[in-house]
Amino acid sequence: MSLALDTAHPAAARLDSGAPARRAARRGLAFVAPAALLLLAIYILPLVMLGLFSVTDYQLGAVATRFTGLENFRRAAADPVFLRALGNTLFYVALVIPGGVGLGLGAALLVHGRKRSRGFYEVAFFLPVTATLVAMATVWQFVLHPSLGPVNAALGWLGLGPVGFLSDPDLLIPTMALIGTWQIAGFNMVLFLAGLSAIPKDLHEAARLDGARSAIDRFLTVTWPLLGPTTMFVTVTTSITAFKVFETVAVLTQGRSGSETLLYALYLEGFEYFDTGYAAALTLIFLVLVLLLSLGQTLHFDRKVHY
Amino acid sequence: MSPSRLRRALPHVPLGLVAALMLLPFYWMLLTSARPPQEIFDVSLLPVPDPGAVAENYARAATAVPLARFLFNGAVVCLGILLVQVLTAVPAAYALAKLRFPGRRLFLGLVVAALCVPMQALALPLFVGLAGLDLLNSYFALMAPFFLSVFAIFLFRQSFRSYPDEIIEAARLDGFSETEICWRLVLRGSLPALAAFAVFSVVAHWNDLYWPMIAVNDMALATPPLGMLFFSNAESGTDYGALMAGAALLTAPMVLCFLLARRQFIAGITMTGVK
Repeated sequence: MSLALDTAHPAAARLDSGAPARRAARRGLAFVAPAALLLLAIYILPLVMLGLFSVTDYQLGAVATRFTGLENFRRAAADPVFLRALGNTLFYVALVIPGGVGLGLGAALLVHGRKRSRGFYEVAFFLPVTATLVAMATVWQFVLHPSLGPVNAALGWLGLGPVGFLSDPDLLIPTMALIGTWQIAGFNMVLFLAGLSAIPKDLHEAARLDGARSAIDRFLTVTWPLLGPTTMFVTVTTSITAFKVFETVAVLTQGRSGSETLLYALYLEGFEYFDTGYAAALTLIFLVLVLLLSLGQTLHFDRKVHY
Repeated sequence: MSPSRLRRALPHVPLGLVAALMLLPFYWMLLTSARPPQEIFDVSLLPVPDPGAVAENYARAATAVPLARFLFNGAVVCLGILLVQVLTAVPAAYALAKLRFPGRRLFLGLVVAALCVPMQALALPLFVGLAGLDLLNSYFALMAPFFLSVFAIFLFRQSFRSYPDEIIEAARLDGFSETEICWRLVLRGSLPALAAFAVFSVVAHWNDLYWPMIAVNDMALATPPLGMLFFSNAESGTDYGALMAGAALLTAPMVLCFLLARRQFIAGITMTGVK
């Protein structure tokens, strides 16, 4: 994303004196007023409230509320459920990033340059992105069923024992990561396709003349370095999306056998147990992690991406 | 086949395999929704067309839960959100792109900062606020947190900036009001961005589960994902035919929307990312 915050504006600059300038200023303010009010009501005030809740023992509907300082954060640091949810989420993200980015890149490299079949593959890979995940998770539950589903039937046909995708506690997070990968790969493919079409064709020709004979050589010398910014963006969006995993947990496990993720644990504390103060502290931790994910990765990649 | 043609066809092998896996759940969903219940143990992928079973499964799904109601709620919520988002984002983006006013840089900075804040971080205080105002369990509660799209403001601002200033000046001299310039001239030059954003917004809110789960517990107000959750919890995995029929009906609008507007989808995603 290009976040150019420059201020040079010919049209605005010409209106820079006296009454017309004041009129333009009034107009500008009137035009942003609705959005600014909503920004205040939906972002700024809630964030302030969140900070205030997080240092109290406020519970929705409670009569008395005390200031408790950093008690909620100390409690989080020792809360086995929260720590397990955090661990599960990081494990999930670690599985979805290579799967989702790798599959998206691989598919884009193979689809790029196809003429007649490109449309078909775009539809096939992108359909999971648009389909309602809650409904599709219900379908996956059935597809992966130990005795009724086609996946275990195929595994059995190959002589492999039935896999308890959704009954073996050790497989719950990997199974959800599989569904997460299935859902995001097409999105990433479209981003990679856009990145690929921005690479000039003659660069490949030049690399070929310079001795990069095999397709793999040309990929490593031309395509991969030039895709750097795209890869960075795709990795960041994938990690943030994966970090917010919620639907599959809500449909498939409801957190059983210790399979809750961060957002699901947060949902339970805030909206099932109404432990508002504690949930606010967890939300702040969640927010900081999401911001770090985008910032840290951007900085990390910025140093590496040169061409 | 000559070697070069063979090499040209080779990528179809991995692509076709992965595409088949991608489509497997959709195929299985439609297949199961068309099978009579006693064939549930049939794990073959071959279709056994049975028009009677199709009608029965879909009828059972529609009587088990108010599917039509879920679809209607989804449409109301998505269109309501989109309408307010466009009405508030377009003037703000126009002002940011073409007008000079005090606090402009601050506002732009806040918009960019807000882009990084996920909705889930705001849900708790918004829930407490709506509960305090006794507004939970309403269409308003389902829509209100999304009335402002900072993404739309940012996207439209980028797009509006390229509109020629000379035309705006000329229109002002011709007596066009600023509102007319914004909506009738500048926005008209950015219709692809508007279409891409509309598709983006509708899909995101049609499929969202987190906020509806918090904001409403009345089944009459459930959006499609929440309705699907009610349905699968109530069914607890006994009537797969009806469950898959319900899943197919609730997924169909966005899938059809994608098939009809594939170009806008792809453009929308590309606009968010690579630039």
